[in-house]
Amino acid sequence: MIGGSKTAHSIVEPTPLAKRVSGVIIVIYALITMVPLAWIFATGFKTPSDSISYPPKILFEPSLEGYVNLFTTRTRQTPEYMATLPPPTTWYDELVRSRKMVIAGPSKFGERFTNSIIIGFGSTFLSVFLGTLAAYGFSRFKVPLKDDLLFFILSTRMMPPIAVAIPIFLMYRNLGLSDTHLGMILLYTAVNISLAVWLLKGFMDEIPREYEEAAMIDGYTRLQAFRKVVLPQAMTGIASTAIFCLIFAWNEYAFALLLTSGTAQTAPPFIPTIIGEGGLDWPAVAAGATIFLIPVLVFTILLRKHLLRGITFGAVRK
Amino acid sequence: MAEIRIKNLHKAFGDFIAVRDSSFTVANGEFFVMLGPSGCGKTTTLRMIAGLELPTSGQIMLGSEDVTFYRAAKRDIAFVFQLFALYPHMNVRQNIAYPLKSEGVSRAQIKDRVEETARLLRIDDILDSPVSGLSGGDRQRVALGRAIVRRPKVFLMDEPLGALDAEFRALMCDELRGLHNRLGATTVYVTHDQIEAMSMADKIAVMNNGSIEQFGSPQEIYDRPTSTFVAEFIGSPPMNLLSFHAGLRKGRKTVKLSNSSIAVPELRESVAPSELLLGIRPEHVRFDDAARLRGRIMSTEYLGSTQIISLSTSHGPLKARLPAEIAAKTGDNVGLTLMGERLSIFDRATGRAVQTALYETVPHA
Repeated sequence: MIGGSKTAHSIVEPTPLAKRVSGVIIVIYALITMVPLAWIFATGFKTPSDSISYPPKILFEPSLEGYVNLFTTRTRQTPEYMATLPPPTTWYDELVRSRKMVIAGPSKFGERFTNSIIIGFGSTFLSVFLGTLAAYGFSRFKVPLKDDLLFFILSTRMMPPIAVAIPIFLMYRNLGLSDTHLGMILLYTAVNISLAVWLLKGFMDEIPREYEEAAMIDGYTRLQAFRKVVLPQAMTGIASTAIFCLIFAWNEYAFALLLTSGTAQTAPPFIPTIIGEGGLDWPAVAAGATIFLIPVLVFTILLRKHLLRGITFGAVRK
Repeated sequence: MAEIRIKNLHKAFGDFIAVRDSSFTVANGEFFVMLGPSGCGKTTTLRMIAGLELPTSGQIMLGSEDVTFYRAAKRDIAFVFQLFALYPHMNVRQNIAYPLKSEGVSRAQIKDRVEETARLLRIDDILDSPVSGLSGGDRQRVALGRAIVRRPKVFLMDEPLGALDAEFRALMCDELRGLHNRLGATTVYVTHDQIEAMSMADKIAVMNNGSIEQFGSPQEIYDRPTSTFVAEFIGSPPMNLLSFHAGLRKGRKTVKLSNSSIAVPELRESVAPSELLLGIRPEHVRFDDAARLRGRIMSTEYLGSTQIISLSTSHGPLKARLPAEIAAKTGDNVGLTLMGERLSIFDRATGRAVQTALYETVPHA
């Protein structure tokens, strides 16, 4: 036996102890990173006074006040006026009246959230669509000045996007793209496309050409071969690229603050404005942040299996 | 079913010439093998026939049709890739059915033809398995199934056995040849393995540096190599080449090596005094103590029924294949006789074979 050891372990397979230790480390790390998320999630269900109590309350009586405040606008009324009102018909009416206020109407959060969905997913779709075509082209065809073009595409990422905020602001004003959905989709696509092209080109390069060649011999055109043979193979890459693009577009704050104010305003610049409406309403802000997290979370979970699945399933022997 | 005619086919990638002015014809129903070392242009030629690569110049005819610039889908050919290229997101049945789908064949008919093909290849039991778990041999059969299901005019195969284990390769060789005999479709097969080529081919083209060195039946290529490249590429061990200097007259029947006169096939052309090579297959060497051509035994390699004996002679190294029971001791000095009627003579500078009675039936490439 090599080395004469009685407990011969495989060199590539970690020992059970090493596995357990690394498992514990990963769990601890995950818990640490989850503290802020847990804090936000909890704050969303606290009353305003609980949310600012010190030391912070770990156990508290949950309240939906934050969520009600997030979705409504309210006005403070005199007790005399309140007395003239008919009894509250819904639980949230009652909750608001117990704070000596009445609901004046829905807040803008729903609209802003919808804008985030339209702009986030719209720009993600466009980035991935254009990125996939460009990556396939760069991967398979002789493109004149290919390396220079790829570098040029990458170079747009070499400065923080906000560095060009002023030119874009002026440009958008003149083009009438300020505060429009189209404008924001185009902007986020422009930022994301370099990432999409580079990531996807890597994935495309890994897909053997023989698949398309086989399909073209089997009677398909290049476009059909691309759609039916290359695209299913590239799903892993497309899924992970889409997640990266969505996270950027979804979280983007600076451009959204600068270029949108009404129609096309997304949730990130809107959520902080809740604070100003009637005192420091931390539960409402936390409720907004919690809801804001959900779409990206769901999207990532849905595409998770693509992230984990191998690219070619070993059908081609290397 | 169709004949393939290649006329002056030429392909350059920038400065690199992959295929140099090739012309050949593959008869209808023939099993044609392109054999050569890697980078000799055999795969490029095959890809041009398939339509995966466009020639720089020249013409490709399938039957009576000029397909030089047709796209692959229009040529009615099937291609078996070295790495099989089975679509990983489809199962075996879908893979085999895929070429039929593009032709708009009805569902019921696709089912029938896929199952018929699977029976022929004996893979009907794995039709609904994913391709990822299949063994090399089964993958090979699925790739073949995808090729034959459409009954194309021509089969093109790019080293289809290259990825298989050695023991399995011999079996697949038999199967491929059997399949060819049953289907009778014109087949172009690319390989660097001379055993595959010899055992399957009706005709072989030996390629080197983008050119066809020799075109002929396996026996022609083995017995009458027209160049030193072919002589050394074919055969294991390859043909021995003993160097000597001479000028030879047309009609001569002997050459002189070490003061011994060696019979050769009658010369059909004169050769000016120059460096020449005498080509002899290992199995055409005999030991004879009385012979004047001598060699010293350097090593022996026992192969069961025969042995390969490496000798050093004053004209260069020589390998002899002799029955295993002949005693041969390293260091021994032995006399050698060569079977005169099987010898070839090459010009050392050009590598070309000198025309002799042996070569009369072989056209020079």
